Amino acid sequence: MSQMLSLKLKIWRQDGPNDKGRFADYNVSEIPDDASFLEMLDILNEQLIEKGDIPIEFPHDCREGICGTCGVMVNGRAHGPEHGTATCQLHMRKFANGDTIVIEPWRARAFPVVKDLIVDRSPLDRIIEAGGYVSAPTGTATDANETPIPKDVAESAMDAAACIGCGACVAACPNSAGQLFTSAKVWQLNSLPQGQPERHRRVEAMVETMEQFFGSCTNHGECTEACPKEVPQDFIAYLNRDYMKAKVANRRMASR
Amino acid sequence: MLPDAKIPEGPMADKWDNHKFSIKLVNPANKRKFRVIIVGSGLAGASAAATLGELGYNVDLFTFHDSPRRAHSIAAQGGINAAKNYRNDGDSIYRLFYDTVKGGDYRSREANVYRLSQVSVDIIDQMVAQGVPFAREYGGLLDNRSFGGAQVSRTFYARGQTGQQLLLGAYQQMMRQVAEGKVRLFTNTEMLDVVMKDGEAAGIVYRDLITGEIGSHSAHAVVLATGGYGNVFYLSTNAMACNVTAAWRAHRKGAHFANPCYTQIHPTCIPVSDEFQSKLTLMSESLRNDGRIWVPRNNDESRPPGQIPESDRYYYLEEKYPAFGNLVPRDVASRNAKTVVDEGKGIGPLKNGVYLDFAEAIQRDGADVIESKYGNLFQMYERITAEDPYSIPMRIYPASHYTMGGLWVDYNLMTSIPGLYCTGEANFSDHGANRLGASALMQGLADGYFVLPYTIGDYLAPKLNQEPVSTDDPVFTQAEQETKDQVDRFMSMGGSRSPDYFHRELGKLVWDNIGMARNSTGLENVVGEIKALQSEFWSDLRIPGNPETVNSSLEKAGRVADFFELAELMARDALDREESCGGHFREEFQTPEGEALRNDEDFAHVSAWAWQGPDTPQVKETEELTFEEVELTQRSYK
Repeated sequence: MSQMLSLKLKIWRQDGPNDKGRFADYNVSEIPDDASFLEMLDILNEQLIEKGDIPIEFPHDCREGICGTCGVMVNGRAHGPEHGTATCQLHMRKFANGDTIVIEPWRARAFPVVKDLIVDRSPLDRIIEAGGYVSAPTGTATDANETPIPKDVAESAMDAAACIGCGACVAACPNSAGQLFTSAKVWQLNSLPQGQPERHRRVEAMVETMEQFFGSCTNHGECTEACPKEVPQDFIAYLNRDYMKAKVANRRMASR
Repeated sequence: MLPDAKIPEGPMADKWDNHKFSIKLVNPANKRKFRVIIVGSGLAGASAAATLGELGYNVDLFTFHDSPRRAHSIAAQGGINAAKNYRNDGDSIYRLFYDTVKGGDYRSREANVYRLSQVSVDIIDQMVAQGVPFAREYGGLLDNRSFGGAQVSRTFYARGQTGQQLLLGAYQQMMRQVAEGKVRLFTNTEMLDVVMKDGEAAGIVYRDLITGEIGSHSAHAVVLATGGYGNVFYLSTNAMACNVTAAWRAHRKGAHFANPCYTQIHPTCIPVSDEFQSKLTLMSESLRNDGRIWVPRNNDESRPPGQIPESDRYYYLEEKYPAFGNLVPRDVASRNAKTVVDEGKGIGPLKNGVYLDFAEAIQRDGADVIESKYGNLFQMYERITAEDPYSIPMRIYPASHYTMGGLWVDYNLMTSIPGLYCTGEANFSDHGANRLGASALMQGLADGYFVLPYTIGDYLAPKLNQEPVSTDDPVFTQAEQETKDQVDRFMSMGGSRSPDYFHRELGKLVWDNIGMARNSTGLENVVGEIKALQSEFWSDLRIPGNPETVNSSLEKAGRVADFFELAELMARDALDREESCGGHFREEFQTPEGEALRNDEDFAHVSAWAWQGPDTPQVKETEELTFEEVELTQRSYK
């Protein structure tokens, strides 16, 4: 049977992007340790509504670790204490009775706070829009088995493609850099045969769009630590190498 | 009146080609003169937006998510079917068609299913071209696996994240059109009404979920790709925000709602653990290949599972269905789990589950083999339950997963409102009374990539050089006012209960009476109970805060209001359908062996319900289903 927890919560409240924001303290009790972290916030919100207070807005949707909507800082760590786990898959049994838990939104200049724990992550969409695709209009494809792809290449592309776009990498980075997110998509598409024709154009456009929003990577490695899908940091080295090659190749193309 | 389904003439295999030739086209230079609204950015919406943009149409895409990549298609695990016959195991377009019609218990429209099977092969080609990293063999060619309800291996997959990879492929293809300026994105924007002018769809009313602004958009046509209504059960495998609102508000404007009682309950989900549980998590169907399902024979059993001897275990599927055993289809597996739990044999702290036991498979194949097959699922299970499935049997129980019913559409995917289309899970057409595994992704992408982009031209072509209705037109200002009035009503109610409270209570009524097994007494009674709870909702609801900012309680209130009306229609549809078929099991109609007993004489039809106003029950109209190719038989898995 579930153990019941009593907890002290310090939660960031902010009415909107222009509000200064502040921490508010809440005491909750009778939290089953089988509950998920987000269900703990549901219980708190239900109590707030009953008291006539305004519930806490927090990002969430699928609650099975795949949509990438959720994500808060739990005691200063993106997605909380459990490795390779999105906030929605974190369960209260990871906490002890009487704990104080500090809950904040992602902190990054590129991700302004919308309300309470919700931030605006649209710059990630701008990076994809810049080149995170293969230009293959519907109807133009040849038979799927016409181009064999070595299993290891497909597997490695899948390791990168597992990124859920939650933004924890940015939130965990002391520079708020977007390299892990960007490199994951670049690695996926630039390592596959289908991605080759646009390879140089893609990496240049995606990196330069990224730099409009995010800080620079200085190899801290916090991103991979925080990533709920454990996307490896070495993709960033590949991103940098491919970007350099693209700059040369694209200049050579332009001078022809 | 229910419009004609527009099923093309000719032999089944030629219908789609004939139809494509006979419908009107919009020439390439004229496509840019049309604007199309798409609501929803899942597989059906994103693929349609990308393709229409590539063709030259102007697309406005609306999603209530903060990014189109969050749509719930992303959570599909198992795979996507296609009749490629890459395994050389006898698959064909005809076999996929046949399996799908049979799997749907003969309650789907043959012509639509045949077309779905035809275009399935193009989907795989298209997704590989988009850079989707499907699983591959060492030779570099695509891998396949088998799935429920089929005797061939036709399922393509990307680890346990097939839905994610397909959705991201379609999303990326759409984002290219966003960069090209052909698709305009409206994120954090929820559609709240369909606007009609002269009997045709003219646009939508939306609420900006960040600022609370209520406004309108107009276009030449509107496409709803807004998913299913499984969250009417409150607890389901759907994401928290999945809802029926877009489809329901179209229904209130005149679109027929078809077969609402066809809901799929998936047999292998993690059981509820406490009152505050917010959702249920699916454990892939593939686990039934190696796991054995059982409960203790003795209702008062208190020993841990490992200490219960074989003689005291009831392997109910293996005993009742020796031929298929643990691999019976989803509806049969779910119903039997309910039977043993209702008998008091349930296991776990709340006695609300059955065991899915891997002990024998681990002893036979070794733990490492089982880990290589199911490691990620075992890990997910362990995270949620804190139990190790390598040493303790998993606890599972059925949960709401998918809805086969939805807005009625004709062969062109147009609803009974001219100019209003419906694609993907939100429509009703392809899965009959039960969907086969790995067919939802196939249908979403078929509709968006290969069906709608052709058929929408037939409606648009005659409208060349007509401007969309202005959003200053009274039809828009009136619809906006009605939406504002509803928001004001929610905000001023000043009751004491949250929308979640009412949703949870409604879900219990729906689960207990319109769930895995239904009977006339329960269905007749539940209508009254739903109405009683509904009137409490409309008097005792409390929405805190203000509507000019993010207010998730306000968002939920509108969705729960629609779930109430849908639940009532589900009950009446289930009561009306005096037979059992697929996911719709009426206890009064079963074979002596306890299997679903169809009544083809009286019920081989689509029940399409027409809205009659808020205080009058919907009226049923029917589309007769004719079967030219497939012979109707009793399904048996003994």
